[in-house]
Amino acid sequence: MSAYVLEMKSISKEFPGVKALDGVDLKVRAGTVHALMGENGAGKSTLMKCLFGIYRPDAGEIFLDGKAVELASPKQALDLGVAMIHQVLHPVRDRSVMENVWLGRFPIKSFGPLRWVSDRAMLAQTELLFRELDLKIDPRARIGSLSVSKVQSIEIAKAVSYQSKIIVMDEPTSSLNSAEAERLFQVIADLTRRGVAIIYISHKMEEILRIADDVTIMRDGRLIGTWPAADLTIDRMIARMVGRDLGQRFPTKENVPGEVFMRVENLSSRLPASVKSISFDVKKGEILGIGGLVGSQRTELIETIFGLRPKASGRILIEGRELAIRSPADAIAHQMALLTEERRATGIFPMLSVLENIVIANQRRYLGKTHLLRDAGRTADARRYVTELRIKTPSIETPIKNLSGGNQQKVLLARWLLTQPVLLLLDEPTRGIDVGAKAEIYGIISQLAKQGKSIIFISSEMSELIGLSDRILVMCEGRLSGVLPAEGATEEQILRLATRFVS
Amino acid sequence: MGAAWKRIAAFSLEYAIYIVLLILVVGIAIREPAFLSAGSLRNILLSSSTRVIIALGSALVLISGGVDLSAGRVVGLAAVLSASMLQIPEYARRFYPELPNLPLFVPLLIAVAAGLLIGLFNGLAVSKLRIAPFIATLGSMVIVYGLNLIYFDQEPNNSQPIGGLRPDFTALGSGSVASIPYIVIFAAVVVGLIWILFNKTILGKNMYAIGGNKDAAKVSGINVDATLIKIYAIAGALAGLAGVLEAARSGGAKSNYGEMYELDAIAACVVGGVSTTGGIGTAQGVLAGVLIFAVINYGLTFIGMNPNLQYIVKGLIIVAAVAIDVRKYWSRS
Repeated sequence: MSAYVLEMKSISKEFPGVKALDGVDLKVRAGTVHALMGENGAGKSTLMKCLFGIYRPDAGEIFLDGKAVELASPKQALDLGVAMIHQVLHPVRDRSVMENVWLGRFPIKSFGPLRWVSDRAMLAQTELLFRELDLKIDPRARIGSLSVSKVQSIEIAKAVSYQSKIIVMDEPTSSLNSAEAERLFQVIADLTRRGVAIIYISHKMEEILRIADDVTIMRDGRLIGTWPAADLTIDRMIARMVGRDLGQRFPTKENVPGEVFMRVENLSSRLPASVKSISFDVKKGEILGIGGLVGSQRTELIETIFGLRPKASGRILIEGRELAIRSPADAIAHQMALLTEERRATGIFPMLSVLENIVIANQRRYLGKTHLLRDAGRTADARRYVTELRIKTPSIETPIKNLSGGNQQKVLLARWLLTQPVLLLLDEPTRGIDVGAKAEIYGIISQLAKQGKSIIFISSEMSELIGLSDRILVMCEGRLSGVLPAEGATEEQILRLATRFVS
Repeated sequence: MGAAWKRIAAFSLEYAIYIVLLILVVGIAIREPAFLSAGSLRNILLSSSTRVIIALGSALVLISGGVDLSAGRVVGLAAVLSASMLQIPEYARRFYPELPNLPLFVPLLIAVAAGLLIGLFNGLAVSKLRIAPFIATLGSMVIVYGLNLIYFDQEPNNSQPIGGLRPDFTALGSGSVASIPYIVIFAAVVVGLIWILFNKTILGKNMYAIGGNKDAAKVSGINVDATLIKIYAIAGALAGLAGVLEAARSGGAKSNYGEMYELDAIAACVVGGVSTTGGIGTAQGVLAGVLIFAVINYGLTFIGMNPNLQYIVKGLIIVAAVAIDVRKYWSRS
């Protein structure tokens, strides 16, 4: 019998171009809260997805109660006693609470050859489960009508109903208020008393020091170490999460920020009202980085500036003149460009060729006298950018979906450069692309700034923020929590600002 | 095996519909060599001409990521509208007994405009009201049929088939120049215009973009709503034009004209390589799809195949075409 309910040994996982996990060990004791920490992209989620059977590790072993197991699917993980509470919950909103709890394993009654789902048994079992956990929720209520915190407790109840020995919670308090978070901590204490181990992923340091027994810290897909929480302080945790040598990953600064180009005053978003009264400016030839945790509403901020989301109030001034931007078309007309965070969802047209993907935002330029598109101009521009940005593609007629992530990203950059923008909004421009392409994109960004263009870029990689920006704006929960000059900024400072309003 | 074989396989996938069309023609010709005649070609082109006009409208909508179920009923409405205003003065049961002889283009424009208006309605419902295209056009399909029935049932017509059409009107459907029927020329012009729309205009490029990724289209500054409205309006107008030509060709009109044509049009599009999830399709593919069905209809009857069996052949071709098409995109992803 092992002392550990879970042992993950030298787990490795590689995605095309990225080593997401590199020989990571994780040992979790029964009946404890084990915090898993690291920057965005450190590999926490990937590790947990390996545990939950969503990803299959390339190498390494997983032991549950000392027995080696193969986890090929979430269903199998659940059956072996591993449950996961995701950061964003996706219940079947239009069905009842109890149907959501027993989904995939409804209680069945039979009579001869007939088999049917027994609502009565389901109700009884749900009531029993909820009583045990002291949950006061009507099992027959439509789950979509309940608050996030209730849906989360239902999710936990579901994990308990699977007789789970390990429950993974991914940032469970990120959408809870402090009273709801307190209740969650009680539930966690109650679960650990029953011998359940909790793997707790969170960025909130105070929270972790309060409830965790052990803390494992990861960085860049590698294990940094595991310590008893009692031996740690916030400073020590931050130092271990970030401490890395930047080296010459970033191009030497050659851009010289000039006068103020765009000023944003008290900008708030509507539907949802997530961005709260933000003011800042960006200069000509400046690279302004935006840092913050997932959920700090950075994307919402720049999408509101670009007219993709409606604004509630506030002004956007370019060179002192107020602009009315109601749609992306307006923003493009004012020579803005937006490289979105979700390349697949809002960037590429997967079926269309590299050529069409490059010229799509810039069609008017190719209209001839007859008001028809001239192929010669389109092809020439596409060819030029394929060469200039060194886009690796068999031809400009190749569908973009056949290209690697980094090359897709370069095609999207080409699309926007073709519109001759003076202000570029780049949302996580290097997410999910390999190191080589990353360096090339850094080079392009720095070159653009040198030409006098203003650049606002969002990144969750703090080294990138410090290495590339002139100034760093940090957001926390939809508010501006500080602006730092990049020179001399430390990752600790950014992380502190990023958690400034976190309760 | 090896590279050559792979290239042949890729080629066959790419041009599968044209190969199927060729096999059909050759197969039928072997059974019945008389099939290869100018008369057959003429008949196949004649029956394809109105169908291809409707199918191109459906293709526009499908590529933009939608579907137009109202096309068939618009054909019926346009046929009845144009025929009701283009009867010879001496005809006994005129729809409008007192109507003077209108210039030919007036009723034709009215009928096409009616189609355009219905398309506009579809486009507004889909874009501004955010109704799923299937539902929006299902609704307009039923509404248009109702409107047509009311119009058709007016005194003194009382739902009688409309006949006695003016010869200048029927000539559009049955006349020819240098033994090429006018109606085939119209269809060829429409195919050409739609090819230009697909390949050489911003509207066409935006249609592919919206069908391929609506959110990315929005970020790229495309006015998605305006584009969709234009596309549905053009599709409606094309169905209206097809209705006018159907009336001219058959020399009359009834309210049930065009029934189920929308499904035939969608089937032809799908067989011709148009994706029902949007973003993919060509004008020449749609033409090939329509021709395949025309060859099946005419050719299988020509060799004396049981008409009931023909339905099964058509259905199998639809399913097989999509199965092949799906593989085409698998092999590349």
